[in-house]
Amino acid sequence: MSTIDDIQNEIIEEFEFFDQWMDKYEYIIDLGKKLAPLNDQFKHDDNLIPGCQSRVWLHAEMENDQVKFTADSDAVITKGIIALLIRVLSNQTAEQISRSELYFIDRIGLKEHLSPTRSNGLVSMVIKIKAIADNLKRYH
Amino acid sequence: MVLKLPKSIGLSQHSAHHYRGKVSLLNHQQNKESQDVSLKKQFDVEEVRKDFPILKRKVHGSPLVYLDSGASAQKPKSVIDTVSRYYSEQHANIHRGVHHLSQEATQAYEEAREVIRGYINAKHSHEVLFTKGTTDGINLVASSFGRKFINEGDEVIVSTLEHHSNIVPWQMICEEKGASLKVIPINQAGELNMEEFKSLLNDRTRLVSVTHVSNSLGTINPVEEMIELSHAKNVPVLLDGAQAVPHKHVDMQALDVDFYVFSGHKLFGPTGVGVLYGKEDLLNQMPPYQGGGDMIEKVTFEKTTYNSLPHKFEAGTPNIVGGIGLGAAVVYFDQFDEKQILDHEQDILAYATDQLSQIEGVKFIGTATEKASVVSFLLEGSHPFDVGTLLDQQGIAVRTGHHCTQPLMDFYGIPGTVRASFAIYNNRADVDALVAGVKRAANMLL
Repeated sequence: MSTIDDIQNEIIEEFEFFDQWMDKYEYIIDLGKKLAPLNDQFKHDDNLIPGCQSRVWLHAEMENDQVKFTADSDAVITKGIIALLIRVLSNQTAEQISRSELYFIDRIGLKEHLSPTRSNGLVSMVIKIKAIADNLKRYH
Repeated sequence: MVLKLPKSIGLSQHSAHHYRGKVSLLNHQQNKESQDVSLKKQFDVEEVRKDFPILKRKVHGSPLVYLDSGASAQKPKSVIDTVSRYYSEQHANIHRGVHHLSQEATQAYEEAREVIRGYINAKHSHEVLFTKGTTDGINLVASSFGRKFINEGDEVIVSTLEHHSNIVPWQMICEEKGASLKVIPINQAGELNMEEFKSLLNDRTRLVSVTHVSNSLGTINPVEEMIELSHAKNVPVLLDGAQAVPHKHVDMQALDVDFYVFSGHKLFGPTGVGVLYGKEDLLNQMPPYQGGGDMIEKVTFEKTTYNSLPHKFEAGTPNIVGGIGLGAAVVYFDQFDEKQILDHEQDILAYATDQLSQIEGVKFIGTATEKASVVSFLLEGSHPFDVGTLLDQQGIAVRTGHHCTQPLMDFYGIPGTVRASFAIYNNRADVDALVAGVKRAANMLL
């Protein structure tokens, strides 16, 4: 079972292959297109993440002590970014998610290459994921 | 067409060294009562580009292609120099100081007001109020005119095309007063339904507040006709000129408009400054908007009397450098023949429309017959945010989203558009870069 940091390191390594930003985006778009679909019943306002220019829904479920995230967005780049977050944080315990430090965002240059609106969107996604984990930690 | 000279020229001549931003214009004009087109500088986009230092920079390793002037225009060197010179040599607080610097700064600020008055052909310079920008101007009118003239059961008319800044202030005052907001519908092309407008005008209408040019679609509204129809019913009209003034000359007396608002930063001037033109008679009847310094005549704890126009509406230390910078921006823009600017921008608009329409999946939002140089579009099957992000990576600055016109986006049933807005410094090469960029984005996204 890979830890959150194992996966972060994997992603950092993958992004090292690209020297052009457009190639990184091509990869993010590809991840977005491949993200497992979110059931329509979960695309409700409670699952909407505020602060993003596009709409992003995030749904969390518990499965054997682990939190399972699924998500969708109407913008494919946003979807690719959330796919990365899900890859890092899904199928971990609430405790691990809550304690995690997401250094991969800076290391792959995502933060600096996303405009303030978009960057806020990314920040909002992380805040939402952590809030869900904190909440689950309290009740499980 | 003959443009009238700002009357301040005599005043300005001896103080030209205080306000060098307009020195070149003054030299042209000092011996003439009026200036005709032949004296205007020949418009050459490549020469114009040299006046805007920022256009030389790179973004993400590519030369900047700036197509977001509808959000904020870039600044010519003359404006940048005027701002810098003001702070280096002239700054002091205005209107009350007895010392020399204060008087120089006051003179420069008031000359800027006069330059703007001449440019928009207002009858009096005290009808030209400095504001923080378009939003501030509309809020001033909504708050002050609204407090005095809007009552329970009254109506204010806006249109589907409005920016949130020409919706929300009216909603606020309507809610407070028990009045209601009426909305002029549009057709699919993004043009106002004038028959509906006529039927909305009635005895309860207190004000018509519409945009001159739509920020999201570029539609140029038939404002002359709207003013005439409104005045026939004794209804005053406010025009939101934020997207009009950077493209064309507006004449307050010819339009006979009651209020006209615009922002300095979209007219190649500094941010945080704008203009509210209002007819003297109306402004005199309106209560002050904000209380404070400069707007008073005499203050006692029992009663305060207010200063005359324009100061009544300009409480506190204003954006002095903003006003002076805006004066320099107007002088810059006004040096060109208006028709040559319009022809150039219409050429860019037609070229962009034609080139983009050849890309599979591009769908235009807003296809009005009368349009300013704005292209709003969608790439079918993709979100505007994705297209904007990929254009940005190629150094191309466009705006994506709802452009602060959510009701308009709701009308089209879309989350937003990709908007390329062109200004005097954009050329066909910018359009070519945009088209190549959109093609590349389409290849990646679809």
